Parts: sequence; structure tokens; C-alpha cells
Amino acid sequence: MLKVRNLEAGYGKLRVLKRISMHVDPGEIVTIIGANGAGKTTLLHTVTGLVKVNSGEIFFNDKNVSTLSPEKIVFSGCSLVPEGRQVFSTMTVQENLFLGGYVQKKKGRSNLDSEIKRVYELFPVLKERENQLAGTLSGGEQQMLAMGRALMAKPSLIMMDEPSTGLAPLIVKSIFQVIIRLREEGNTVLLVEQNAKAALSIADRGYVLETGKIILQGAAEDLLQNRDVQRAYLGREMEE
Amino acid sequence: MYWEEDKECMAREDLEQLQFERLQSTIYRVATHVPFYRERFKEINLDPDGFRSLSELSSLPFTVKDDLRQNYPYGLFAVPLRDVVRIHSSSGTTGMATVVGYTRNDIKNWSNLVARILTAAGLTKEDVIQIAFGYGLFTGGFGLHYGAERLGASVIPISSGNTKRQIQIMQDFKTTALVCTPSYALMIADTMLDMGINISGLSLKFGLFGAEPWSEAMRTEINNKLNIRATDNYGLSEVMGPGVAGECLECNGLHINEDHFLVEVIHPETLEPVQPGEVGELVVTTLTKEAFPVIRYRTRDLTRLITEPCACGRTNYRMTRILGRTDDMLIIKGVNVFPTQIENVLFEIEGTEPHYRIVVERENHQDKATVLVEVVESIFFDEMKKQRQLVDRIKKRLASELGVSVNVKLVEEKTLERFEGKGQRVIDKREL
Repeated sequence: MLKVRNLEAGYGKLRVLKRISMHVDPGEIVTIIGANGAGKTTLLHTVTGLVKVNSGEIFFNDKNVSTLSPEKIVFSGCSLVPEGRQVFSTMTVQENLFLGGYVQKKKGRSNLDSEIKRVYELFPVLKERENQLAGTLSGGEQQMLAMGRALMAKPSLIMMDEPSTGLAPLIVKSIFQVIIRLREEGNTVLLVEQNAKAALSIADRGYVLETGKIILQGAAEDLLQNRDVQRAYLGREMEE
Repeated sequence: MYWEEDKECMAREDLEQLQFERLQSTIYRVATHVPFYRERFKEINLDPDGFRSLSELSSLPFTVKDDLRQNYPYGLFAVPLRDVVRIHSSSGTTGMATVVGYTRNDIKNWSNLVARILTAAGLTKEDVIQIAFGYGLFTGGFGLHYGAERLGASVIPISSGNTKRQIQIMQDFKTTALVCTPSYALMIADTMLDMGINISGLSLKFGLFGAEPWSEAMRTEINNKLNIRATDNYGLSEVMGPGVAGECLECNGLHINEDHFLVEVIHPETLEPVQPGEVGELVVTTLTKEAFPVIRYRTRDLTRLITEPCACGRTNYRMTRILGRTDDMLIIKGVNVFPTQIENVLFEIEGTEPHYRIVVERENHQDKATVLVEVVESIFFDEMKKQRQLVDRIKKRLASELGVSVNVKLVEEKTLERFEGKGQRVIDKREL
């Protein structure tokens, strides 16, 4: 579904991504783990077209999207749930969701009832808060809204940037349960997380990003067993 | 039947993407963790980050058996020893032996890949598998054992030898699949014939044979004598052990587990890739090994790649059965033997000359190796007892060095033909 080859990108003179190659197959949860500043968000932003590609290729459903604009990329079925939710706080929950469905409208859909219904089913609390301003929601609710907003575009690939940041452990758990459910319903998820243990425990595969390079990749359960990952990202002490 | 259909029947393009990702991280890891590779890369000014496609693999240096020997025992490990859960080794003493290690993940992958090969050969969890490979430092026994358990089959870890007991257990335990060397399978068949055992009374259905070269004629003979379907499988300890490649029931080439091993076929002298489909030396790069990754390991095994699709549906390329070796290594009863090992032993024993000949024959499907050794004249004037003692000493030393017993014959000085340069010291009379 998503194929990235030798991707290089950065900001000005700063090279952030150094020849990244990775892929996501349909129906998978793939996670990218790594420390702060490793390039995780840059990778997502480059795939979504927010950061320009310096060299390398991005294929989405066999189509080269390396040079497409962000809106065209969303249009082709790839949605981002940005870090820190970025909901429109002065708009209601429902308005936020409708904005997410803008692409569907553009594709000629007369109404978005079925999408809204699906989102409310996944996140019943959003239904309860339907007419509340997004800015008044709790952090966890805002995260759900951001996910719901991305789902409104009916993406074939949904990318999530640090959905667990700043949330209470119990909320994180329920967010991750929704991600599992999304996969069960046939969605494909690319999940960027600092919470390596939680991400690897729900993912099928993972990539470890370190200073802009992929240093390890493999089945999520193998990465959980890998001593380097354990030492660096899972906080397990070295047994000397 | 597939074990991992999504991996075994991958679209070529997806496979190449996966191989490329894995190769990039393998190169990164060896350059970071293995000084040997780091220096090699530095010598040729190779930037480990500069890798852009699978075709650039040919810019990397080869690794040969000697590199492994020179880094004895742990020099090429890419993880600290505390991450290693298993160590295997080839036969031979210090300086000749090679050592390989496995992390927990390596063992898991290994088991999985062997389970693939067992499945391709027709086996399921319903089978009772008798593993008549030697257990121990040799990778054959444990490799097949873990794969068979992973498959969920019932495993009989009988190890090699004691043919009558093998047959007894095969009958009593209702063995459905036999795993050993092809020559040992024939030995078991012939012994059963001698004992007057009715083959049709056995539960045996499948046989997976490897660790030594064999032929289509031998397959037919095994199939007929044991009334089974015999398949070939391939592996080498330097790369992992069994599980690198194995035949499906089409019996027309061994499917290579290409998502874990990147293979090339090169001309053994020019070291250039051969034309697709031509015979050459197999070169393997591991893509997932954690403890002991190898880059472009020259196997010295001759084969040919088959890229046409297989009727079984697997998309992985196949290789033909091993057609020969590019060095002087001999495989005697499944054990790898180098003439230099024999030379080293003879050098250490007083009274022998450094002139010898190795004659390998096959008697009743069993390998028989005889080492002819020139001895100083005085020994022939000595009493018989002393001659016998010398033979025994050489035999013992050779057995402990080689890991397989060989016969020893003393011959008079200057009776063996002399060669200029590297002599033809091996006379292999075996017909497969």
C-alpha cells in the first residue's frame, strides 16, 4: 500500500531523513518507534506532503506521490492524525468531523451520514459532545475527535502521530483499543509512537528510527524481544 | 500447503522492497557492531549509508570461510554474548573450526523457516518425525528438531547411528517422516531388507534428506525402497543451518527463503555474476540474522537459479540441487572434511611423511574414507605391533579432528605419486 524508498527530506540545510526505506501492507498496523528528534514526525509529514521530498520515492497504492500536494495526497486516501490533536477548538465536534469529510464531499458525496455514524459508533463520547466546542473537550476526547476527523475522509491508510502524548494511561489504553479495532475492520494504520512498548504490542511490524536512519526493522514481537530495542526504548536495564 | 503463504507467495516487487529494507538495516548493523565488516567497508571506501538498491550488493566485499576461522571464536558476532542463546560450530580444532551464534529471535526465525520447508515437503502437525541427524554442535539435528516442533509435529530426536534401533523405533512409534542424509536412508532401507521387514507395514510417508550431495537416481531408489516421497533441503551452518532452501512436492528445485536470504550466483574465478540460469557458486547474504549476520558469504556450493514460477504457487526463486563444490571440501557421512585438516594431523605425528592420499568410496550406500599415509622406511622394518599402534594413533587423531572416523593405511615412502603444486590428493570414487 505504502512504499518508501531511499527517502531523504529535511528543513533547509538540515538533513533529517537519511535514505529511509519502509513499507506498509494493506490491513497492517506498522509502527515507527524512536527517540525524540529521530525523524518520526518528519517522516509522516513527508509522506503527507507537508515536508518536501529531497530525493527518493514514495509510492501510495502504486502511484508515485512524492511530488503531490498535501490535499491531493489526502484525496488519494492517506490521512494524518497530527501530533497534539490540532482540533479546531472554536468549532463544534460535529463541525470538526464535517471538515474531515471535506474530501468525500468533493468527490461528490451528497451527505456524510454513514461516516458520522461510524465515527460516533467508534467514539460514543463524541456523539454525546456533538454540539460542544472542541476546545472544551478533555485531552483524550480531543484525540478521539482528531482520529474521527481523519476517518471521515474514508482513508485507505491512516497515519497517527504520537496519539498517546499527554494522555492518562487509562485513556491511552482505550485509544490503542480503537486502533486495534480499526485494523480489525480492515483499516491500515501507520503509527508513530514514543511509547514503544505499547505501540509494539499492538503492531504487526515495526521500524526503529535513530537519527534519521532505520536501524532495525521486523515483526513487532521480534522487536520486543530484541535486546537493543529493550535497552534503548523499552527502558529495560542492562543485566550485567 | 504453505506455512507462511504471505511470505512464500509474495509478489516479486514486494519481496524486493522487503529484501532492500532488511539489507539496509543489516548493513547498518554489521558496520556498527562488527569491526571486521567496518574495516572491510572502510578499506574500499564504502559508505554503509549510501546503499540505494539491491543491485548495489555487488559493490560489497565477499566473506569466505577463512574470515570466519580468523575470527574464531566470537569475532564476527554482531551482538554481545549475553544476547546469544545458542552456539553451534563446525568440526575441527582451533584455527580450523567456525563458530556461529543465535539470539532468541534467530532461533525463532530458524524454527519458522525449517517449518516452511517441512510443510513444503508435505508434512503437517499430524506427522511423527524421526530425526536421524546427529545432535550437538552440528546444526542439522537441532535445526530440524526446532522446526518440526514449531510445525507441531511429534518429534523423535533419535540422532544418528544404531540402525537396528532406528528401524525398531520407526516400526513401534509409527514414524511417518524420516529426516537424515540420503545415504543413511538407503542404509536403513537395505538393513530392513536384510532383516526381512515388510516395508508396506510401516507408516513412513515422507523423507527429508540433506547435508550431503545426492542425485535423482538416489531419490528414485529411496522412494522405491522405502515407499516414500523424498525431498531435498539445503542449508549451511555459516548462514544458519537447514532451512535456507527446500524442495516442494514438485521435486524440481529447492525454494529459497528469499525474504531471509539474499542469494547471488557468481563465477568462482572471475567472481562476476553468471548469466541468469547458469551454473555458478552460490553466495548468500543474511537479511534477518541478529547474532551472526553474513555479507556475501561464498558457500563454495555450485548450483543454478530457477526463476520460472513453480506449479506449487510459491514465488520464491528455486535453486537446483547442489551440483558440486568449488573447493576441495569433502562430505563424508554428512560431515564436512577439508584435506588440510588431515594434513595438519599428519604433520603432528612422528614417523609419517606429509604425503597422503584420501580415497572415498561408497559401500552399501555408506561413505568409506581411507587415508593412505607414507611412513618412513624404518617403520616397515619394525614389528607389526608398532605399525598397528601408529595406525591407531593416526586414526584416533583424525577422528577427533574431523568428527568422523576414517580408515588409515600405511604405505612405503615414495610410493604415492608426487604432484607439482597443489596435488590431487583426493580420489572420490563415489557414484551418486
